[in-house]
Amino acid sequence: MKRLKIVVCVKEIPDPEAPLGSAKIDPENNRMDVSALRRVINPFDENALEAALRMKDEIGGEVTVLSVGYKQDPSVLRKTLAVGADRLILLEDPSFEDADTLSTAHVLCRAINKLDGYDLVLAGRQAGDWDSGQTGIVLGEMLGIPTVNLARNVRIENHHVFVEKIVPDGYEEVEAALPALVTVSNEVGGLRFPSMKMILLSRRHPIENWKAEEVEVHSEKMRKPAIVHFMPSPDMTRVCEFIEGASPDEKGQNLARILRREFG
Amino acid sequence: MPNSCVLVCGNVKDRILDERTLELVGAGKELADNLNVELAVVFLGDEIDGIAEEISAFGVDKVYKLAHPLLGTVSPELWVKALQDLCKEIDPKIVLMLHLSTWSDIGTRLAFRFDSVLTTDCVDLKIDAIDGLLLRTKPVYGGSALAVLKYEGFPQFVTVRPHVMKAAHREAVKGRIVDISVDIDPSAVKLKSVRTVKEEALALDKANVIVAGGRGMGGPEGFEELESLAESLRQSFDEVMIGCSRPAVDSGWMTSNHQIGLSGAMVQPDLYIAVGISGAIQHLVGMARSRKIVAVNSDANSSIFSVADYGVVDDFKKVIPALKTTWEELGREKA
Repeated sequence: MKRLKIVVCVKEIPDPEAPLGSAKIDPENNRMDVSALRRVINPFDENALEAALRMKDEIGGEVTVLSVGYKQDPSVLRKTLAVGADRLILLEDPSFEDADTLSTAHVLCRAINKLDGYDLVLAGRQAGDWDSGQTGIVLGEMLGIPTVNLARNVRIENHHVFVEKIVPDGYEEVEAALPALVTVSNEVGGLRFPSMKMILLSRRHPIENWKAEEVEVHSEKMRKPAIVHFMPSPDMTRVCEFIEGASPDEKGQNLARILRREFG
Repeated sequence: MPNSCVLVCGNVKDRILDERTLELVGAGKELADNLNVELAVVFLGDEIDGIAEEISAFGVDKVYKLAHPLLGTVSPELWVKALQDLCKEIDPKIVLMLHLSTWSDIGTRLAFRFDSVLTTDCVDLKIDAIDGLLLRTKPVYGGSALAVLKYEGFPQFVTVRPHVMKAAHREAVKGRIVDISVDIDPSAVKLKSVRTVKEEALALDKANVIVAGGRGMGGPEGFEELESLAESLRQSFDEVMIGCSRPAVDSGWMTSNHQIGLSGAMVQPDLYIAVGISGAIQHLVGMARSRKIVAVNSDANSSIFSVADYGVVDDFKKVIPALKTTWEELGREKA
């Protein structure tokens, strides 16, 4: 079998695990102010990368990471190389900033078709900023390849992909001929940690930059989500009564008394 | 346009009507009245006569039946084709689907084929009085804010978060049931189903008490401690279940049917005990509506305390066993 080529689509986003209130509405500019949040790779895309690396470990092949945006932070995305991706291609253009799902999928589609062939495209099930959950599926439609949503496990055998697809009451194993696209859920498992040696090596690994012209995307056709306005979410905060006690045991005992009082 | 309508995609669960469909009918009714168009529901499946009859009593004008042996199980490819043909024929203004994995998959592909935009996980829907377009409200940044979006292009597609909209009621006049012939070709299916595995369904949204653990559990052993506490609580509460936050699933300590939050279950039990959970927003939106919230975490700065009624800042490995023992003792005293 020829060398397997896996493409993983990732997105750099503000940390979705950040504490409450870190992302603020900026009403003047009709946008969210996320400047207080550190930038991370979308956790679901990390799951997709982990799935790709496991297949590479098992049967060999090449993993190419694609990311669409503007002024993306190489120090965040270089992690993909440190854990074992072979290529990192940043698709960069002012018009790619905050692009909507369809436009992002369009850029990814053009970039993938420019690669020297591909067998499997993986993407996270959704991105933790807008949680739209559509880019991967639309990309599959644009590429015109079999598309499976929500994998909890992915493996390749005889140039077919076998996916354990999450369904409402369990999972369904589906099979498709390659090339195919699969969106990956967190059940796959978290991304491995890079070794110190790999972190150091990745600093010398070249990162490729592809501009809009190079992937033949017309900037004026890129769209952003059509935001009318943002509204605050219903307030979730409560006043917390901290349980006192000289030891953890005593705190546990005091908590039991309070709960008995509340719930009988 | 006389034929235009608001179209609700009905969901079937274990061969019976998924009650959450009625929430879509309720929301669809308001939109249809506002636009002065009909309200229609569509069902796909192999045997859907009973369900079509049932839904026709809930204030809908029409029920479209897309019955075909090949639609008996959900195949996104075939369902999208069947719905695409129906939409071409009846030209709906708006198409409503439940925000479930199946329907976001179908909805995404369907909207793409109409060169229209789908908005997923909407919690509110209104019609813009000026241009008649749908105003779609959805939580963003894990629930930090709500975004209101508006797009041109028809049909307008949305998936709606379950348990948010008010369900429709029975009405005296029944809607008309319309059989639609389905033209699908099995050779168009590129995905082959190998096997289906049923997993224990956990009705976390039905629990009275949820004891949930997160990254701070440090491993699967921590959850044994929580299960032991849950066992004691079962003497006082009907349904006590174990929940978890996403890191516990990512680490392989718990299966995803226990996951609570934006990408898991949305719950509001009488009592929620969060142990070793830092309180990422995407977890908080899934549990912050619980009646009473207790948080146990060794880090006093954890976000979880900002949504809790009671907090314990200490090591759960000591706090939880003490809580369990004293809870049991007090129970015996009372008896």
